[in-house]
Amino acid sequence: MQDDRDTKGRIFDIQRYSIHDGNGIRTIVFLKGCVLRCRWCCNPESQEYRIQTMMVQGKPQVIGRDVTVREVLETVKKDRPYYRRTGGGMTLSGGESLCQPEFARALLRGAKEEGITTAMESMGCAKWEVIESILPWLDQYLLDIKHMNPAKHKEYTGKSNELMLENAKKIAQSGMTELSIRVPVIPGFNDTEEEIRAIAAYTRELRHVKRLHLLPYHRLGQDKYAGLGREYLMGDVLPPSNEQMQALLKAAEAASGVECQIGG
Amino acid sequence: MGLYTYDSRDIPKTDRIPKLVEHLYAKLPEIESARAVLITESYRQTENEPMVIRRAKAFRHILENIPIIIRDLELIVGSTTIAPRGCQTYPEFSYEWLEAEFDTVETRSADPFYISEQTKRELKEADAYWKGKTTSELATAYMEPETLTAMEHNMFTPGNYFYNGVGHVTVKYEEVLAIGFSGIRRKAEEELRSLSLGDGDYQKRSRFLQAVMISCDAAVTYARRYAKLALSEAEKCQDPARKQELLVIAQNCANVPEKGAEGFYEACQSFWFVQQLLQIESSGHSISPGRFDQYMYPYYKKDLDSGRITREFAQELMDCVWVKLNDLNKCRDAASAEGFAGYSLFQNLIAGGQNAEGIDVTNDLSFMCIQASMHVFLPQPSFSIRVWNGSPHEFLVKAAELTRTGIGLPAYYNDEVIIPSLVSRGLTLQDAREYNIIGCVEPQKAGKTEGWHDAAFFNMCRPLELVFTNGLDTGVQVGPKTGHVEDMKSFEEFYDAYKKQMDYAISLLVNADNAIDMAHAERCPLPFLSSMVDDCMKRGRTVQEGGAIYNFTGPQGFGVANMADSLYAVKKLIYEEKKITMKELKGALLTNYGKGLDIEDVAAVTANIARDMQEEGQTVGNREIAAILESVAAASRSQEAKANGERILELIEEVPKFGNDLPEVDAFARDVAYTYTRPLQNYRNPRGGIFQAGLYPVSANVPLGAQTGATPDGRLAHTPVADGVSPSAGKDVNGPTAAANSVSRLDHYIASNGTLFNQKFHPSALSGRKGLENFVGLIRAYFDQKGSHMQFNVVSRETLLDAQKHPEQYKHLVVRVAGYSALFTTLSKSLQDDIIRRTEQGF
Repeated sequence: MQDDRDTKGRIFDIQRYSIHDGNGIRTIVFLKGCVLRCRWCCNPESQEYRIQTMMVQGKPQVIGRDVTVREVLETVKKDRPYYRRTGGGMTLSGGESLCQPEFARALLRGAKEEGITTAMESMGCAKWEVIESILPWLDQYLLDIKHMNPAKHKEYTGKSNELMLENAKKIAQSGMTELSIRVPVIPGFNDTEEEIRAIAAYTRELRHVKRLHLLPYHRLGQDKYAGLGREYLMGDVLPPSNEQMQALLKAAEAASGVECQIGG
Repeated sequence: MGLYTYDSRDIPKTDRIPKLVEHLYAKLPEIESARAVLITESYRQTENEPMVIRRAKAFRHILENIPIIIRDLELIVGSTTIAPRGCQTYPEFSYEWLEAEFDTVETRSADPFYISEQTKRELKEADAYWKGKTTSELATAYMEPETLTAMEHNMFTPGNYFYNGVGHVTVKYEEVLAIGFSGIRRKAEEELRSLSLGDGDYQKRSRFLQAVMISCDAAVTYARRYAKLALSEAEKCQDPARKQELLVIAQNCANVPEKGAEGFYEACQSFWFVQQLLQIESSGHSISPGRFDQYMYPYYKKDLDSGRITREFAQELMDCVWVKLNDLNKCRDAASAEGFAGYSLFQNLIAGGQNAEGIDVTNDLSFMCIQASMHVFLPQPSFSIRVWNGSPHEFLVKAAELTRTGIGLPAYYNDEVIIPSLVSRGLTLQDAREYNIIGCVEPQKAGKTEGWHDAAFFNMCRPLELVFTNGLDTGVQVGPKTGHVEDMKSFEEFYDAYKKQMDYAISLLVNADNAIDMAHAERCPLPFLSSMVDDCMKRGRTVQEGGAIYNFTGPQGFGVANMADSLYAVKKLIYEEKKITMKELKGALLTNYGKGLDIEDVAAVTANIARDMQEEGQTVGNREIAAILESVAAASRSQEAKANGERILELIEEVPKFGNDLPEVDAFARDVAYTYTRPLQNYRNPRGGIFQAGLYPVSANVPLGAQTGATPDGRLAHTPVADGVSPSAGKDVNGPTAAANSVSRLDHYIASNGTLFNQKFHPSALSGRKGLENFVGLIRAYFDQKGSHMQFNVVSRETLLDAQKHPEQYKHLVVRVAGYSALFTTLSKSLQDDIIRRTEQGF
């Protein structure tokens, strides 16, 4: 246990009082580094593992710091009274947490040892052994499925989806964690009823899925691309309308047979 | 498990309620003269009688003659003025300020009132009698010169009771509901009979009891006038439904408050007469209904069980009571109006909580109180919720729904802190468990307490300013000489100097409050109020003369966060890290961090320098003063001052601040709060009670901040001081849980007169059932950590626009963006605009 808490990793933010990602009031630890390069990514500063400088409101800001599990848990533990009263806890996000498997596992395990419930937002894009070693310490897996078509998936995110879909099955079958599927609804990529229905159908196949979330595209990340000196490839694409989201929600409900919701 | 099962279902609003509200708010409230004229008539005729009898006779004279009105569609009647939301005046407390403001009171920015030329004439005529006879004049005579000096120099302001009645009480409504004023009168008669003519205190006691009897009769007379009026209006009424309503009103007013209430409707009417008449007797605000859901419940339950009433009609009656609470009004002087902005009377009504045995007593009416605030949607009553481990979850969720509307109600109170806190002040455990809240945040036991809550505003920043000037303010020695600040060798020495300045100012505050207390006892004893507070009848004394069982004086300090941050910055930057010298900091404060001084500030600084020079034996004439003035003005505008100020501000910015969940800083803040709360509790008041501190500002942190120079926390001169125990605006940057954790590390038990913690949320943070659940969890978790009070601004579009203009003040504002939340000020302008647009659509 002692050694575990000294495990080091790289994060770019810790956000307390998050109330829309998982149960209750949560603290989100954002791990740096990702395997994908989604065009709509709202945290582009999360993608590269290296420590970067990003311009924020005209001032350079260093993104990324190396910390120990102990240090992260010091902050996470501060909101324990709120977790206790709301069923909240710690959520790992990113980036893709599985890019730092030792660190992610040590964080999750440390939180569980402290009596804090855990969740992880992830694409499941890693070797199964890595995921398997994490599951004993994970209460909620918030798994992204972005598209069922491998080619389109690769075109928009940089990677094909076979491994992730395969892992989704294994996670569901393991019975070790509560699995929810999260779908970012991106105009021009997957915002047709047909595409959402395909993901929902896969969700049904997985069985053991608690919930399906449709997360409408937003433009929160736009300024960050400029801050990193990158081009925002989404152009001026607008977020999906309420009506469209409602229609997609209906489609998802019908095809998945699980509880569906818009938002986290 | 609670004592009662309850029905939490929503009840719809009737058409009557919006019509009553509309009528009430149709025009600017008006000042009327009837009370002032009548009390003056009565006083002229009773010159040689004991004061308590004079008060009772005046009360009777007013109630026999003051014009009365039944407003259209009212079910609960009793109006203090003919004009809706109007106010009477109370020259026996003070009157000069109103005459001085006759021509501006209608156009002033805070709480304007219409006043007719005729009213002005009548008031002037009545006021002429009161010269030399008011409580404020007598209070001044009781104050020491140094106390008056300290007040002139804005160290504190006891303005509330200095110029007005005290109010701030909750009476035994339940006794009036049970036995009526005929029953209370009988008790007074019995007491009177038990006295012996030869008793040493016979004169005092007998005259008080006679005054109670006169007051009880007066209240009954007043209700009968309403019964008669209702009957005559019924006779004229063409609408059969309204006619029937008027007949019922007539019957109600014939029965109560003379007799005990027969059912819920009569109980509501009886309650209302008590509430209204208390305010006619004296001009005090914060006369608080308290545990309405408890003392009304037996009447409701009995009627409901016997089929005499429906939940829907009971709700409508409560809604009518809520509307009436907004019909009462009070005109304050212009400066006080800014400190109590919003025409507020702070009539605090509280629902939920425990009974004397420690069992939860949330009931149907507790839910219906929340419903009434949703239906009426007006500032009164100041609605509060008691929270403890045994509070039903559904109850808190329903309360959170009200919070979500953005009305700023209810405020939430923590039984787990307040009960032991009151016990530590001498209340029995049983009494403490039955506490309610007075005014803003002040807990007490109803019907047994004269709490003198809200006794003054004490600005904790001003003593620190005096540390930098060796006790001088505008050339006057206002505080003790604590030495030249540049010579202080250690932080301990500096902190000791602050404590000495605090101790001295606190002693003067006590002197001021006790002087005012004496004046009220001598000139404005209140027999009607005292007939409903234990143990006045047995002791034969009014509450003003120490008749209540529990006696306190609770002046409130504010600026805890500013002082914590200031002293911590001094400790770190000057004594530990030695990044700046005391001389540099003093220079920066004098020049307002190089941001320039207004002409009054320049004059104030000049006066201090001149005084220092004189004390050193130099002659300072007009020429010297002019020269100093010129050099101070030049220095404050100089490039050097500007650069110096900016550099120091940047260094201060980097010092950790209270409100960010940093245990070391928070522990420091806890200690700083003790510089006010600890010395204060050693003082006693003339009623035999002790002083107890509150830490809350009402809205005075803004106007009194305007009287405060720059402080070492980086706060610029004349800007607002932190409100209550909340962190300084914009200094808490780690979100609401971090701020709450920090605030919970203050000692809320010792501030037994109440603490106030404000948080701001966007409505979206409370959206959906899940939002409400998380919100309730946030309150519970703060209370688990022994915070005492919490209230919420669920912010509007206007606030979001303001947040765009002044992002530094809104660093902790959480907004829902899409499927997630974010700190508003971190978003891009275009996204902010987007959210504001969406807010308009009510997403």
